[in-house]
Parts: sequence; structure tokens; C-alpha cells
Amino acid sequence: MLWVLAQKELRDGLRNRWIGAAIVLLGTLAIALSLLGSAPTGSVRASDLDITVISLSSLSVYLIPLIALMLSFDALVGEFERGTMMLLLTYPVSRWQVIMGKFSGHVLILFIAIFAGYGGAILIMLMLGSSLEGWQAYLAMMFSSLLLGAIFIALGYLLSVLVKERATAAGSAIGLWLVFVVLYDLVLFGALLLDEGQKIGQQLFTTLMLISPTDSYRIFNLSLFDGVSDAAGIAGIASEAGMSSSLLTGVMLLWVIVPLVVTLFVFQRREL
Amino acid sequence: MSKSDAENKVISLQDVNKTYANETVLRDINFNVHSGECIVLVGHNGAGKTSLMKLMLGLTRPTSGLVEVLGQNPAFSAAVAQRLALGYLPESVAFYEAMTGREVLMFYAQLKGSSANECEKLLELVGLGDAAMRRVATYSKGMRQRLGLAQAMLGNPQLLFLDEPTTGLDPILRQHFYELIDKLQKDGATSIISSHSLHEVEARASRFVILKSGVIVAMGSLDELYQQATLPVHLKISVAEGQASRVAERLGSDINIMHINNESFHLSCLSKEKMPLIRHISSLGEDVIDMQIMPPRLDELYTHFMQEGEV
Repeated sequence: MLWVLAQKELRDGLRNRWIGAAIVLLGTLAIALSLLGSAPTGSVRASDLDITVISLSSLSVYLIPLIALMLSFDALVGEFERGTMMLLLTYPVSRWQVIMGKFSGHVLILFIAIFAGYGGAILIMLMLGSSLEGWQAYLAMMFSSLLLGAIFIALGYLLSVLVKERATAAGSAIGLWLVFVVLYDLVLFGALLLDEGQKIGQQLFTTLMLISPTDSYRIFNLSLFDGVSDAAGIAGIASEAGMSSSLLTGVMLLWVIVPLVVTLFVFQRREL
Repeated sequence: MSKSDAENKVISLQDVNKTYANETVLRDINFNVHSGECIVLVGHNGAGKTSLMKLMLGLTRPTSGLVEVLGQNPAFSAAVAQRLALGYLPESVAFYEAMTGREVLMFYAQLKGSSANECEKLLELVGLGDAAMRRVATYSKGMRQRLGLAQAMLGNPQLLFLDEPTTGLDPILRQHFYELIDKLQKDGATSIISSHSLHEVEARASRFVILKSGVIVAMGSLDELYQQATLPVHLKISVAEGQASRVAERLGSDINIMHINNESFHLSCLSKEKMPLIRHISSLGEDVIDMQIMPPRLDELYTHFMQEGEV
């Protein structure tokens, strides 16, 4: 049942060229950054892929949430508005299956886009004579990017089930993106500067960073592998602050589960 | 109620009320539907036909009262499996526009566990065989309605909900549609059809439920409705040329004459007065050439119930 619903989303994604566009976009960026990234480093110890992970993850943090939100903001409100949800719910599918079916489909779309885009890029880089050293960090980045995408798909559903109109959902999706990707950090660092270390101690700052899914993603990718953290100039900082990769992954997983559960809760009570 | 009667009950609504943000759309709804019945919901726009269907489908929950379909509350998750036996055609049905007709039907078929073979048969049956490869976005209103019908018939449902099923269908297709319903009916399916007019479904309905502003104003078979309504029966009496007024006079003064001309006249009487009057008329001898009895028409019946209680 889940597969039938997921398959439909996947087919929609293929049909409206979503997947294709995302693959091209992500792949092009990965190649461009790896070519650009290796130029200025010259003789630095970091391998090409480590540098690519730094620049690509800094860019993915903007792009992946955007792609995920664009996939998901319409998922529920669109079907309410068009009236297709009403018919769907008279079929032998329960409401949680509808949500999880859509979620599986959308995550699958992102999976294909990220792995074909970033994975394809690494193949091209190999052909261009790049070394494979540091591939673990690159693979971890692909998986964490998928997790980041899943977070914003779940957040997109929550928004989609709460608003009344598609237009509102589209607007709120942009707002959500701005808050999580830009404003949160801006405010956090602004506060840190103004505060000059008086009230916001290390502990509070770490917690505030952890709370944000995008910061968790950044720290995860910059600190998980030594090669990357050395190149990024933040060697050892994350582990000193007590942010292990499992804690970071856990936080990100919570960011997937909580919005999904709330979405389901609201959807179960919704009358059509 | 006997045991078999209770087992036979497919739908039961008890004291159902439904209110949306201060607006009451259904009030004190009580009725049962038995297996194999064809119930027709009749009423003006906004009378509550669609709201009633949505309650029975479990898409909404009653504000108060009990709804039971196939022995379950349709809004509970336990009722999900029972939806296998259910077909629904919503009013102005909407589909996923980017998919082709065949893909849409296949999608729903997979959810119901129906085969691809059945899809092809249904597409042919509703006359969409040639258009199956086209995207639904290019479909006309009538074609959408036909696709809607096809999806409602998937898996030979025991219980059919059809909300204004024939809007947008041409007369031939309409005929065809009712043949399909008859076929399902013959196999023992129960159907709930909503309609604006009594005419269309007259022959098929086992019972009518007439709704007005969220309240059931009348319920029963066509005969029962006639009896409840006590509408006058019209008689047309044909007489030898020039005899009309003379014959009419002989019938007495308490007869309600509607219309009179040289060789015929119309009169109306209540159903219970009909037989004595007919005997009287036949006793008048050779002057009376012919007599036609015209029972109240369906639209009169409908208007009667719609106006009843209005001052």
C-alpha cells in the first residue's frame, strides 16, 4: 500500500522533470565546486574531496531544504484544495499510510537526486584525474544531505496540513526556509556578538546550535572526518563541545520524526 | 426488529447532527439502509445530501449521534479494511491531472487490489478505452464523470455512494450508467444515490429520502410518499360533443372542476375520493366516452414536500 502511494509521488517527480532538474543542479554544483575548490588550495594537505565536502555541504545547506520544501509544501493542502484527498480517503488506506506513502516517495526522489547528482559528480571528477581519498566524508555528506532533505520534507508536510490554501503554503515555505537556513544563524551570531560572552556561555551556545537542524548538518559534515575538519580549520572543536556524530544524527532524526508525528496528529483530526 | 433484519442492516444513522462553525447542516437524522436497497437522497442545493454522504463515508464525524456502516463507525481506523467493499463517486470528481486516465484508474485499482485486466474492462465499459492514454487534464466534464464512475465500480463494491452521478452525462450514457447500477444491484449491491430530481431515479429507487435544509422532510417508497402527501388525483373525462357542462352538472356541486370545454373536462379529487367518484362517473351512461386518471406527477410531489411547513 505504501509502495503504491510512494510510487505515485515518484512518477509525478519524474514526469514534471523535478528529479531531472535536481540531479542536473546538484551535479553541476558538485563538479563546479570541486574544480574551483582544488584551485586555490594548491599544496595544502587536504585532498580534493575534503575541500569539496566543505564547500558542497555549505551550499547544500541552502539548496537541499529549498528543494525539499518545494517538493512537500503542496503535498497535502494541494490535494485538499483539488478534492483528490477526499476520494483517496474512501479507499482502503489509512491516513498514516497516506502521509508515510508520500514521505517515502518524496525521500526517494531526493535520494535519487542527491545520489545521482553528487554521485555522478564524483564519477566525473575521477575521470578528470581526481583521487578518491576522503570518499568516506563525501559519502557521509550524501547521506546527511538526504537526512537534511527528509527534515524539510517533514516540515513541509506540517505546513501543508496546517494552512488552508496552497498560496499560503507556498509563502510559508519560503518563510520557513529563511528562518531555518538564514535568520536563525544570523540572530544567534548577532546575539553572541552583542553579548560578548557574558550570558551566552559555551553550553548554551552549543545547545542553540544543536537545536537548529541546519547547524547540526553543518557541524556533522565539517567535524566528522579529520581530513575535513583540518581543512576547515575547526579541528577538534565539535568533539570538545560534546557534539558527537551520533548526537548530531539523533537531533536530525528528531527533526524528521516530530514534524511527521504532529502532521499525522493534525491530519487524523481533519474533516474533509 | 428481528435478528435477520438487524444483520441485514448495512447503514444505520441515529439522531445524527452535524454542525460546522455554528451552521447546522444536518439535524436529527434517523434512518437505516438494508442490504440490496437503492436509496435516493433528494433535495435542493445545500440541503445536506453531500454532508450526509461524507458522514457515511467516514470523511467527517457527526457532531452528535451515531453513524454505523457495515457494523462499524466509518470514521474509525478499524473501518479502513471495509472500504474495500465500498465505491464512491463524489460530486464534481477531481483527479490527478498530470496522469493519464489509465494511470489514474490503475492507481486506484492497486489501492483496492483490483487487477489491470479489470481496469481495461471498466475503461471500455464507460467508453474511455480510446482516451485512456490521454492526460486527465485534457478530459471533458463528461469524461471525468465516466472515469469517476469507473473508479467507483472497481472491485465490485457492495456499497455504492454516488453523488449526483449523472451530471455531465449525455442521455445515452445516462441510460448506460443506470444499466451498470442495475447490474450491481442484481448482484446484491446496496446503493445510495443523491439527485436533484425524483424523475431520473424513479424506477430504481427502493426508497427516497427527501432532505430540506438539513432535515429529512419525507422518507419512503414512491407509493408511500404519495400517500403521505395527499395530493389530488386528476381525471380527464371525455364526453359526447356539447355534453360537457351537462355531464359535469350531473356529477354534483361538490366536485372540483378544473377546466372544461365542449367535449371534455378535468377534475381533481383526493386519492380516497377517487374510487367512489369513478363509480359515479361510470354510472352516467353512454355520454361518457373516455376517462383518464392522472396521478400526481413527481415534481408536484417534490414541490409539495419542499413547500410543506413553509408559511
